[in-house]
This record gives sequence, structure tokens and C-alpha cells, in this order.
Amino acid sequence: MVFFLLPLAIVLAYSFLQQDIGGGIIWQFTLENYQRLSRGLYLGIIWRSLWLGFLSTAACLLIGYPLAFWIIKQPKRWRNALVLLVIIPFWTNFLVRTYAWIVLLRREGVINILLASVQIIDKPLDLLFTPLAIAIGLIYGYLPFMILPIYSTLERFDFSLVEAAHDLGANDLKTFWRVVFPLTLRGIIAGCLLVFIPSVAAFITPDILGGAKTIMVGNLIQNQFLKSLNWPFGSALSMMLIGMILVPVTAYFWFVDDYLRTTSTKGGRS
Amino acid sequence: MRLSFRSLRLRQQFDLWMGRIGQQWLYINAVLAFAFLYLPIAILIVYSFNNSRYNVVWRGFTWGWYESLLKGSDGLGLGTQIGTAGMGGSVLTALQNSLLVAGISTVVSTIFGTLLAIAMERGHFRGRSAIATLIYLPIVMPDITMGISLLVFFTLCFKLLETVTGIYLTLGITTVIIGHITFSLSFVTVIVRARLADLDPALEEAAMDLGANEWQTLWGVTLPLLWPAIFSGALLAFTLSLDDFVVTFFVAGVGSTTLPLFVYGMIKFSVTPAINAISTLMLLASMGLVIASLASASQSASS
Repeated sequence: MVFFLLPLAIVLAYSFLQQDIGGGIIWQFTLENYQRLSRGLYLGIIWRSLWLGFLSTAACLLIGYPLAFWIIKQPKRWRNALVLLVIIPFWTNFLVRTYAWIVLLRREGVINILLASVQIIDKPLDLLFTPLAIAIGLIYGYLPFMILPIYSTLERFDFSLVEAAHDLGANDLKTFWRVVFPLTLRGIIAGCLLVFIPSVAAFITPDILGGAKTIMVGNLIQNQFLKSLNWPFGSALSMMLIGMILVPVTAYFWFVDDYLRTTSTKGGRS
Repeated sequence: MRLSFRSLRLRQQFDLWMGRIGQQWLYINAVLAFAFLYLPIAILIVYSFNNSRYNVVWRGFTWGWYESLLKGSDGLGLGTQIGTAGMGGSVLTALQNSLLVAGISTVVSTIFGTLLAIAMERGHFRGRSAIATLIYLPIVMPDITMGISLLVFFTLCFKLLETVTGIYLTLGITTVIIGHITFSLSFVTVIVRARLADLDPALEEAAMDLGANEWQTLWGVTLPLLWPAIFSGALLAFTLSLDDFVVTFFVAGVGSTTLPLFVYGMIKFSVTPAINAISTLMLLASMGLVIASLASASQSASS
């Protein structure tokens, strides 16, 4: 714990200090590092991180929820095997999984070759080093994080409620929105947080699939620490990143979780 | 009356069709999602055997890229050295480093994580609930902030040490190990604590009533019951450590290149099928770990 909290406190302290030429630190209080965050260049990068985070979370939800739903509908003996199939990529190295997309996306990669061979394109597309490539990498990397919590809430969901809703005249769509969706909302929110947090703070994915032009906050922090050697500004960036993550997490635990806990037990009983 | 009956029939018909389309769509989504998860890995593996420098057209089967990994040179004799871009060392050294770091950090974090879990669940002391919240922080915290905060911390400590005692230390394998313990500890604690919360306290009380002291109860009753959770915690710590790139990236120094750092160096240097080869080997190793853990889980479930 000492190795976790103390370093974090030092980073917090650094974020209020001044930079010395050559990577040193001047022990003088300043808010300059935080003011610098509002410059256009940095705002652009922060904005990109946020929307890529939202985009990949939304995409994971749109793919993950139906998949979890499909798995739960399969015969019992297949279900565990299917869940395992979802987990296996999570156990394999993240770097390796990200690299797999270089093989697919680069100019002389598999996708371009395939498209060229069926003559859809006549010159290779620049797929790698784009925000799209980052988004794909993030979705690919964190999809299991979305599926597993949703699956575990669906596992506890009482499907006789669906039959009851049908008997009362609701169609599939209405049953889903009024019964299934609200009762699995906790899993959905947990999944969204688990995807959003590492996506916003991503470092490897934009570094490998995004190139030098499309960087995210994570790369900016790395630049400040290892290249520009502006540790106070890097610290301020990290603090802002933590803030960006703590806001949704604490909001969830303080407001939504309690509310859902009470409503879902009520819903289960009625 | 007739009209409304007919419209009801129509609505039912419509719902039925919608239901069928929904089923089809679920099925198609599942097929596409699994294809999305596995095709990139499959293609990666296939091209590791391709007898061509560029991952493009299939030019026949070869083991050359695997051989080149061991030799540390380009298997097809096309010149460049692989994977040594500013990193130094060979694959085998990197593998050794990875196993050493994973081994030590797993042992330490498993022991301390278990003790912490027991203290939190069974002990009564001030600030227990604060620690319970804090223990989740390293899990939620993005790895990049953990990496840079450890970097800042180690640098500051080394500077202090140098001015006070004159001993000069640099980042290296020890700092990597400490970094890995820092994030593994929380995972072990959370897993063991979850199991501990499910345990029937009556078992421990019974042991105490029968005259066992606290240590005997811990050794004889609690720990054997916790064993599966401790094992899965250790396994997770081991995997996380082998897998970690970001924290290692910031706290590693010269000579402490782990396998992921080595692979990163290769990717940054130039994309060759040798990376596919090392990726395939790492995939196989992690599959092996998954299968081993499943086998042991089913064994402990049946016994």
C-alpha cells in the first residue's frame, strides 16, 4: 500500500511544482501546469481520448450485450465453454493482441490485400495509424470486460419474468425495455466502466495502432515523463486522467448503485 | 369488433416475425463477435509460418522465424538483427527476466495478499473500511498512472538515498518486481477476501472451542479452506505479471527487459513475421496456463 499511495501523493505534489530545465524540479508552488491543460493542443488530445473511450464503450455494449444474451440462451452444457471462449483472449498478452491488428490493418496487411484481390480498391487504404484503428484495438482489447459482467447479471435473471410479460401482452421489444434491460442495468454499467476506464487511459493501443499523429492522454503523459522531461506537467496530466476516471466511478458507487440495488430487489419480488 | 380482431392477429403476426428476426440477429451477432475475437489471432499464427518477410502473400511453410528468435538473427538471411532495437539482450534473457519477476512478485504478493485479506476479514482494527476501499484503487487505477507514479517515487527515493548515504541506485529488475507486487497484491487480496467472506465462521469457532489456538486454527482450518482461492489469486498474479507492459515500461532499467518489453521493441523496430512467431509462442503459453488452471479447478471441485 505504501508503494501505491505514497507515489501517488508525490505525483500530486509534483503537479503543483515548476519545471527546471533538463528534467529537474523547482520547489515552488504553481498552478501553471493545470492552466496549461486548457491549451488547444492538449484539449484536442483530451477530447480525442474521451470520445474514443465513449465510442469503444458503446461499440462493446452493442456487440457484448447481444452476445451475452445469446450465450445465456444456449443449452446449459455449452454455456461454460462459450464463456471460456470469451475469456481466453483476455488471458493472452495485450501487446500480442494489439499487434495482431497491425498484421491486418497496415498498407501491405491482410485486409488491404483481400480488398485489392477482389478489386474493391485499386490502391491500399491507410487503415493503420488512424483513430479508427485505435477504436478497433480498444474494442478488441476490452470486449471481454463488457461481456462478463453482463453475462453474470443475466445468469441471475429470472427468465420466467419474460414469460409473465408476454402473457400480459407485451411484445419482445417492450419486454426487453421494460423488464430485461432494467434488471440487468447493473451489469451493463459495470461493463461500461470496465471498458471506459482502460480505454480513456489507453497507452499501448494508441502507441502501436495510432502512430505519432493520433495520440491520446496516455501517450502525452509518457511523452512528458520520458521525452520532454517535464515531470510536473506530466503529473498534472495524470491527475486529470485520474479525475476523469474517478468522476464516473464515484458517481456510480454513490448514487446509481444504491438506487439500482433497491429497485432491482423490488423488481425481482413483484 | 371484427376489425380489431384482425388487427390483433396482424400485430401477433408482426411480433412473431420480429421475434424471428431478433433470434437470427442474435445468432449472426454471436458468430461475428467470435470471428472478431479469434480471426486476428488465427491470422497472426498462420503468418508466423509464412516464408516471406512481409505478412502479405503466402509463400510456403517455414520454421525459419522461430529459429531466428532463438538465434537472435533474421532467419531468412535478409540481414537485420531482430528485436534488439535499443533494448539489448536476447529473447531468452527477456524470458528469464519475465519468469524471475513473475515468480518473485507472485510469491510475495500471494503471501502478503492472503495475510491482508485475513486481517481485513477477521481482524478488528481502526481504518479497516478505509483499507477495504483503498485496496480496490490499484485495480481501478489506470496502469499508466501507476507506472509514472512509481517512476517518480523510485527516482525521488534514489536521489534521497544518494544525498544521504552516497549510494547510487538505478531502475532495474528490483524496481520492476516491486511494481508488479504493487498491482498484484490487490487482486490476490480481493479474491482471497471474497472466499473468506463466504466461509462459515462456525468452522473456525468450532476449532477454537475444541482447544485450538489462533495459529492452529489458521493453519489447520482457515488456510486449507482458502487454498483454492489463494491458488487462483496466485495464478492471476502470475499471469498479470507476465502480461504487464505499461508499469514495467516505466520502472524498467538497463538489463531488466521483460518479454513484453522485448516484443514492444521488436514491433517498434520493424514488423517482421518473427514477431508473429514470438506472439504465437506466448499465445500457446497462456493457453497452457488457462488449461492448467481449469484442470486444477475441476480437480479441486471434484475432490
